[in-house]
Order: sequence, then C-alpha cells, then structure tokens
Amino acid sequence: MKIPIQVNGKSLEAREGETILSALNRNGIQVPTLCHMKNFIPTGACRICVVELEGNPKLVTACSFPVSSGMKIRTHSPRVIEARKTIVELLLSNHPDDCLFCARNNNCELQSLSKEYHVIERRIRGKKNSFPLDHSSPSIIRDPEKCILCGRCVRVCEEIMGVACIDYVNRGSKTLIGTTLQRGLNTSSCVNCGQCIMVCPTGALTERNQVHRVQEGLNQPDKMPVVQYAPSISVSIAEEFGMPAGTDVNGILNAALRKIGFKKVFDTTFAADLTIMEESAELIDRVKNNKPLPMFTSCCPGWVKYAEEFAADLLGNVSSCKSPQQMMGAVIKSYYAKKENIAPENIFSVSIMPCTAKKFEAERDTMGRNGVKDVDIVITTRELIELIRLYGIDMKTIQPELTDSPLGVRSSAGKIFGATGGVMEAALRTAYKALTGNELMEFRITELRGLKGRKEARLKIGDMEVGVAVVSGLANAAKLVEEIRNGRSDLHFIEVMACPGGCIAGGGQRIASYEDVVEARMQSLYDIDERETLKVSHKNPEIRELYEEFLGEPLGHTSHDLLHTHYIKREVLL
Amino acid sequence: MTNINIHKTMMAHLHGQTAGDAEAMRVIQSFRKDDVPKPVIYVGAGTCGLGAGAAETIIAIKEQLKQNGLDAEIVEVGCIGLCTAEPIVDVQLPGRNRVSFKNVTQDKAGIVIRCLKEADAEKQDVLGQFNHSGKISWNGVDDISRHPFFARQRRVVLKQCGIINPESIEEYIAHGGYAGLKKVLDAYTPESVCETIEKSGLRGRGGGGFLTGKKWQFARVQNADQKYLICNADEGDPGAFMDRAVIEGDPHRLIEGMAIAAYGIGASVGYVYIRAEYPLAIKRLKIAMQQAKEYGLLGKNIFGKGFDFELKIKTGAGAFVCGEETALMASIEGRRGMPKPRPPFPPVKGLFDKPTVINNVETLANVPEIILNGWEWFSAIGTKTSKGTKVFALSGKIKNTGLVEIPMGTTIREILFDIADGIANGKKFKAVQIGGPSGGCITEANLDIQIDYESLLSVGAMMGSGGLVVMDEDNCMVDVAKFFMDFIQRESCGKCIPCREGTRRMLEILESITQKPVAGENQALERMKGVMQLEKLGQVIKDTSLCGLGQSAPNPVLSTLRWFRDEYEEHIYERKCATKVCTELRKFKIVADACTGCTVCSRKCPVGAIIGNKKTPHFIIEDKCIGCGACMEACKFNAIEMN
Repeated sequence: MKIPIQVNGKSLEAREGETILSALNRNGIQVPTLCHMKNFIPTGACRICVVELEGNPKLVTACSFPVSSGMKIRTHSPRVIEARKTIVELLLSNHPDDCLFCARNNNCELQSLSKEYHVIERRIRGKKNSFPLDHSSPSIIRDPEKCILCGRCVRVCEEIMGVACIDYVNRGSKTLIGTTLQRGLNTSSCVNCGQCIMVCPTGALTERNQVHRVQEGLNQPDKMPVVQYAPSISVSIAEEFGMPAGTDVNGILNAALRKIGFKKVFDTTFAADLTIMEESAELIDRVKNNKPLPMFTSCCPGWVKYAEEFAADLLGNVSSCKSPQQMMGAVIKSYYAKKENIAPENIFSVSIMPCTAKKFEAERDTMGRNGVKDVDIVITTRELIELIRLYGIDMKTIQPELTDSPLGVRSSAGKIFGATGGVMEAALRTAYKALTGNELMEFRITELRGLKGRKEARLKIGDMEVGVAVVSGLANAAKLVEEIRNGRSDLHFIEVMACPGGCIAGGGQRIASYEDVVEARMQSLYDIDERETLKVSHKNPEIRELYEEFLGEPLGHTSHDLLHTHYIKREVLL
Repeated sequence: MTNINIHKTMMAHLHGQTAGDAEAMRVIQSFRKDDVPKPVIYVGAGTCGLGAGAAETIIAIKEQLKQNGLDAEIVEVGCIGLCTAEPIVDVQLPGRNRVSFKNVTQDKAGIVIRCLKEADAEKQDVLGQFNHSGKISWNGVDDISRHPFFARQRRVVLKQCGIINPESIEEYIAHGGYAGLKKVLDAYTPESVCETIEKSGLRGRGGGGFLTGKKWQFARVQNADQKYLICNADEGDPGAFMDRAVIEGDPHRLIEGMAIAAYGIGASVGYVYIRAEYPLAIKRLKIAMQQAKEYGLLGKNIFGKGFDFELKIKTGAGAFVCGEETALMASIEGRRGMPKPRPPFPPVKGLFDKPTVINNVETLANVPEIILNGWEWFSAIGTKTSKGTKVFALSGKIKNTGLVEIPMGTTIREILFDIADGIANGKKFKAVQIGGPSGGCITEANLDIQIDYESLLSVGAMMGSGGLVVMDEDNCMVDVAKFFMDFIQRESCGKCIPCREGTRRMLEILESITQKPVAGENQALERMKGVMQLEKLGQVIKDTSLCGLGQSAPNPVLSTLRWFRDEYEEHIYERKCATKVCTELRKFKIVADACTGCTVCSRKCPVGAIIGNKKTPHFIIEDKCIGCGACMEACKFNAIEMN
C-alpha cells in the first residue's frame, strides 16, 4: 500500500511498513547512517540518521521509525544538521585522530562524515579513552580506541555468525567492545572469519597485516618466493582498479604477482580440484563403509574452528581433507619441491586469500612437516591490493600471463569454490562420475546456487538418492547442526562456508563488498564455469599427473600424510 | 485457633461467606487489631528504621521485657514515612489506642517498657496516637493524623505502610485486601477494568506520566498467545525511596494491583523487576507472594474464575538505565540492559517480543483502591489533568525528611514548609531538585506552583518518580549540576553517542569551571568555549538521545543554568564559589600579624604549599594550594583567612 508522506515540503510516496530511511533512500534522499545495517533490526544506537518529524518534540531516527500517512519530515533542517554534526564531533572528541596512520585512511565512514558535515574546527574537546590494543589473534587486530561503538561487529558476530565472541563491556563513557573477561580474541570463541572487519566503519578492526613480511620474504636471496591465490581472488579486485565489479582479472593478476617478485604463480583452484578428488572419495568411502554421515566440508577454516568449539560431538562428521590452501601448500613443499629439486625450507610460500581465518589456519600445528610450515604467509585480498599499489603496478596496462605449471591448470569446478554452493556442485560432479562411471549431463545444480543462507537438494546418483545441503553464515550452520543432533538423517553431504555468500564475501575482501558486488563476483564465477570446457576436477590433466607421479590414489597413503588432518575439541572462554 | 482454621476463615472471608458468622468476624477483627488481647509493640523496621537502629531497639526491648517479666507481641512493620523520627515504636495496650513513640533508639527502650508497665506516655516522646473507636485514648497525646507531618497528607498508596504487618496476608485481607481483585474477577471484563482505570485519570508515576488505562488498552487489544505485565521497581534515582517503602510496608497492595492489571491486559505472567540493593523489600515481597499463592490469589484459576497469573521476581544488578523500560526488558531477557528504539512500543512488542505493560510500583499500588472506591472517587482527588495522590521522598536540607503522599495540586511550598517544617538549621532555602537526575530544580520563585505533570514541566522540572532533594544556601548549584552529571555519565549504558560521549563532555566542562585555574596555555579561552558549548550540547543530547535517560540527562545542568546563571558566571569569570563548596576555587591567606610561626599548618598541608621558618609568619603559595582548608582547621591562632 502506498502511504503519502511529506519530506522537506515535497510529497513523496512511502510503502506501508517501511522505515523513514528506506522511503528516503528510495526517493533519492541520503541520510547518513553508522549503526544501520541492511536486513538487520535497527538498534538506533548512533543517532546520526535523525530527522525532524513534525509533532514530535524530539528528533527521530530515520532507520527505526516507521512511516505513517501524512507525516511531515525535514531531513536537512538546521536543527538536524547541527545535531548530526555534534554527534560526529562528539565521536571525534574521543578518537585517536591518527587518520594518516590508519589502515582505513580514505576508506573510513567517520572520516567521510566529518568531511560531509564540514568539521574543520575542534569545538568539543576532552579526555580520550585509553584502551589496549587486542593483538592476540593471528587474524584480526582490534583497536578499541578507534571504535565508535556502532555495534555492527557485535551484531554480525552474533546474528550472522552465531559466535558472539564480542560484546559491549563496561558502562557510560568507559564502554568498549571486548571479549570474555577482556582476555583477547585468541582465547575467545572467535572463528577469525573477519566479518566484523567487513562491517566496521573505522579502523577499529583490521586484519593482521603481513604485507611487510611478504616484502621481507621476497628479498631473501636464498629463498624461492612462490604464491598461490584462492579461486575468488581474480574476480574480487577489479573495482579497486576502476573496472566493473566481478571482472575476472586472472591473467593480469598472474602478471602482477610476477612483477611483484614471485618466481612462481600457482592457482589455489588447482588444489580445489585436488580437494574434490579427496573429498568425493571420502564421501563415497563414508557411504559405502557405513562411516559417520552426513559429511561436512572442511574447506572453510572459520567453520572448522566453529565446529571444534560448538559442534565437537560432530567432529567425526567433518571431512578430514585439508583446505585447498593447505593442500596446495603441502604439495608445493613436497611434490613440487622434489620435482624442482629445492629444499622445502628454501621455498617462501605465500597465499592470497579472501579470508582472515586462513591466517589462523596456516598456523595450525598440523599444517607442516619437519618444522617447515606449508604456507609461510597468508595475506588477504586487501593486503594484495596494498602490495599491487606498493609495487606500482598498473593493472590496466599490463598484459595477462598464464599461471605456472605444474599446479597451475585448473577446472572451472574448482573455480566456483569461491561462491556458496560451489564446493558441493564440484564435488557432486566428481562423485557422480566415481559412482556411476558416467559424467553428469546437467552440470549446473541450480538449487545450490544463489546467496540464500541455506540451500538443499536431493539428487539421484545411480540408484542412490543423495541429500545435500549448503549453508553459509555460521548461524545457519548452527541451525542445521541442531537439526542433525535432533535426528535429521536424510542428508549425506553438507557444505558449510562461514561467510554469508561464501569466499566472494569473505572477511578478507575489499571493504564495501556489498550485496550487488558479491552478486557480480558470483556471476563472474558461474560465467567462467559456463565458458570453459574443463568443468570437472577429475579431468584436470595436472591433477592426474600428480596422482600418477606422486600421490597414487585418493585417500592413499601419501594423500593421507599430506592432504588430510584431524580435529580436536577446542576449549574457549564463552 | 489453628493455622488451618485461620486459613479457612480468611478464605471464606475473601469469598464473602463470613457475613453473620460471629466466630469468623472475631478472627478477622483480631487481624484488624482494633483491639488486642495482649500488648503489641510495633517497630518501624523498614530499611530506614533499621538504618536508624530499629534492630538494636528490638533486641533491647526484648531483653527488658524479659527482665520485667512482661508479655507482649512484637510486630515489625514498614515505614510510616517520617524518617527523622525513626526508629518509631508504637505500643497498643488492650482496650487502648495505639500510641506512637519517636526516636526510640536502643537506649530509649525504657520508654516502651514504662508505657507497658505504667500505661504512661510522655508528651515529648510521642508522635501521636491512632484513633480506634471506643478505645481509651491517651491523655494529652494528639491524634497522629493531626501531626503537622501527616495532617496535610492524603494517604492512598501509603495507607497501610507502617501500620500493618507486611508479612501477614491475613492482616491485609482483614483490612479489605484482595477485595478489589475479587470485585474485578466477579464483575468486570478486562475491557471494563482498563476503562475504569482510564476514566480514573491515573497516570504513570514513574516519570512520563502516560495515562495508565490507555497503556493497558493498547496491550489488551493485541492478539498474542502471551502477554506480560512488568512492575518496575528498579528505583534508581538518588534520593528516591517510595517504591521501597511500599514493598517493604505493604507488599500485598502491589501484588493485588498487579493481578488486577494482568487481568485487564490479559497477561498470565508478571515480573517484578527490583533492584538487588533492596534485600528487605525482596524478602518481604517473596513472603507475600508465597502467602498469596497459598491463598490461591496467585497461580492458576484465581477465585475460580479461570484467571491465571504467575508472578516472578527478577533482581536487577544495579544499573540505573535498567529503570528504562526497554533496557529493563532486555535485562529480564538475560541480555545487557540497553534500551531499544521505540516504536515498536512495549504494549505492542515488548518482553520476548510479546505485548507488555510496564508500570511502576506506585502506579500499580493505586489500582486496588481505584477499583474498590470507583474511578469517580479517584478522579475527584487532584487537579484537572493530574488525578489522585503522589508520593514524594523528601531528603536533603529539610527538617522532616521522609515519605509524604499528597493530593495532586498541593504546592511545593506546602510540602517543604508545612509538612516538612522547613529548612534545617535555620538556613535559607535555595532550591529543590525534583525528579532526580532527569528532573530539574525549583527555586523560591516557583515554590507556589501546583504539583501536577504539566506545571512542573513548565518550569523545566518533571514529576519523575518523586524524589525531592532540598538544597539550602550552603549548596553550590554548579556542584549540584556536576553531581548529577557525574552520576548520569557513569550510568549511561554506552549505547548511543550523544549520551555516552556528550554527558562526559558536559561533566568535563563543569569540572573545568570548578577546578583550580592552571597558569599558562589557553585554559581561560577553552573554559569560555566550553561554557558556551554547554547549553548547545545539552540541547543536542536532549534532542537526539535514544532513551529517557539521555533525553533528560542534561536537565540538571540546563535547569541550574536557567535559574542560577549568576552562580555559573561567578565561577567562570570571578573564579569564585560563594558557598565555598568548590574547594579548588577557595583561596587561603595567612595573616602575618596573627601567625606565630608554629609550623602546624605547613606540616598539615598535603601538597607542601605553605612555607616559612619557625617562629616567623608563614606564607601560602597560591599556585600550589588545592584549597582543601586543612591549614585553616589546624591553625590555633585564627591566622588563616579564606575568601
């Protein structure tokens, strides 16, 4: 139903049940927001979106106030602007003021607001809070002094991730966001997903930046620097360099990485194919030999840590496969090292991931051999962009190049790992072949595509009906886990991605990876899948070569040593 | 008579089946205590009475009873309201009026014993006597209702506080208790309950002053599988203790009011959200709830009318903001007590997202009387827009501190000067803070305004929950504003920016004008800018804060700025505090002629600001001096001057 409202003296049509903010935005009127998050119940914490509502003695928040017929609103009256400006100034009066030294310089909502409201003079001064930095986590750094307490991280952590490892602590002006007993993220239930970073308006939450360590590694003469990048990376950086979101810059990225100084450029998608070989074999083994089902994927380190903390009873159901990053790392420092006759410790192996949890994953005890880590440094998409800028590479003019071989050829099945549902689709293509001897005719499983938090499908493979589910956003995983605990038994295989939408919306991606950007990245991945002919992992010639020359067969002895791992119940402060 | 029989009789009485039953009437009379078979000693043992030493008094009385071989029943009652007279001990002898003694500390227990032994009451010891018809009155003792403190009061909510035994449901029933609930269940539809309350004109006593019946109607018309009623007993204002007194003194009145309200809105579950700092109130409420359950007045199928009402206690952990209704609900839900934006309002979507009515203790305690006496009776009390009575907690520089209940429309002057007997120690009245940290101050010029919601707002104050803190000429208003600002900025939940950051900045500005000026830098300029900012900041905080706490947080500052701007200016421009409360602004000087050089002052000075050789006049280094005044206190020769 249409509802007539008046905004700044002009009549507009609003829709029943919507908020003032949504009506304004639809009609081209922007009101600043800080605590507001699309698709979340408004909390009204920041008050920056206040507007004047005739007949109401106080200003009202546009983000939470529902429209009603005939309401008269003023969005930019002197009273409103003064209020908003004062709020910005109040925040600044308790802010470290070190924009030039901040990871979010020029990419900060507080900074933008301060400019928009023409804050050029310090009208409000006072004592600033002094809080220690939380640098306990291998993935995420929290700086409570830069925090403006908008609460977005708290909500994403609780409502989307179901982790709730951070919350408001203390009262009044001493309030801060903290972990249990203020012991730091590493003792909390934090799964390192980095979604808090993605929603943080300021520099209060950042990844543990390791660009400098990459630089150091690149300049060690006795080491050979190699790099791998995740399937989603090539479709996630285009907009940074003025290209449309989602554009696949795979070849250009290869060239850029070589210019930066990496001797070899590998594609983690190769390891995604390898994961499919192992994981689908494991699935078939579980089905045939009555081992625990459903099987959960284990590509996502956020999910794996979550399972260790909150679903320890189901750890037997989590695939023992390492993630593609770690499989790649292991293969580089074994098969490749042997082939090229380099000592594993002389390889400097960098991984570029859309993910902060991968930093944590690379540090796990089981991710290396003989004191040599399989992956030395993990950097996120954001750090990759920093590297590209640091090394002065013009992404618009350099010529595309191919990845190095071996470990460079990939199927498009591995590529779609980057989107929620992709692992499942890729695994089913290979499992189908393994179980029936035939290739799957219709390679698209459309029920498993799209950004929905939970997707399910039932498929006939030979004479067997297979139930599969795909969840992203750990809160969705939690619900499914609960269903399974309560006896749900129709599912065989479940893909879990911690981040809502999968790696294309990962916690290491560019800030401002909004829904439309994520959709463009997803589309780009599926376009690649449509376009290319090598659509199944088991046909990847380099994968075949790897098995023939080195691994033997999936789940074989060497595979077991290099590509599989185990999990243990993890005690954390809740 | 056995307990079982008492229970049966009282149940029969509740159900109206005792008319003409002489034995039953005798039982009921015994609980009305119009006459007593043996002496009864009533001790005011509310938190205030206990604070004044009532517990020790009880021990002393018991000992002396034993020594004298006397037999008497000791009843611990709640607070009658006159704090300055605590511990208050009443004595009721068989066949005589109940007489009330004031300030019976343990050393004065003898007064009670003498009264028992000799039926004697000295005029200087008594507050007055209660009038029980047909009983022997005490010669020369005034009727307590004529005591100036009580004479102008109209006690509805506090009617039985300090009179009846709060731990006896039988006494409450014998005094007509739970008849309102029965009346409602017998003859009212939920709709007519809400209508009656709406017509009575009862408005929320917790702050906002919203029409209670209307709020109930909003919740009543909601379609929901579950609705909740919450009693807000999280009384957190400094200087407010009305709710505590009601729960400690007459807990069943609250329970009855809640049951009626729950029936009206269709709630089957109720919560009393009470602060953990009220252990005695919690204890007595728990006892009362247990008794009500035993009498079938809480629980399933109350009065056999198919009405279920379960009551729960939730103790708050001492956050002021949890008195705000949405924060309070979050707290009951087990979450951090932080407010939520409204709409949706609690009657539509409240506790656990269900329709919920939140009323404060005093509001709910009014309900049984309105039902029993009719809405017309209630709306006849008070003014055009504000009906009924209001309880105020008097504290500060006033002679009679305590609890008073007055009809709306009474002037503040009447409360302060007639009921409370004026300012203590012959000082001059300066202002009274009404409504706690959310309210404002009222000055001499506005003392004659009537107490009603609108009049108070018109002078920048508010009804609030009912705290009245009286200040005299010795109070510095900048300091008062600072006190409240400090309180508020510490109690802000930290959620919304204007309240969290703004109140702290306001406090800092107030601190800067009461602090010792520091030489150098642009301190003076900053101070000036700050003061100019103070009012502006206050307006924005009021205008934009999320909840009532923030929206009213600047009130004490804005109100004192409005009425006592001269005091602010004196602090800012002259760097002087006339009342000498802001110690950092005090300046001390040693009169050389009077100084003997005894060195005591320089040894007492905590910051080493006094120099001088033995037997020669000393000197205070002004820059170092913090204005504490230790030197002046120590000087035996009156050689130190303060200006």
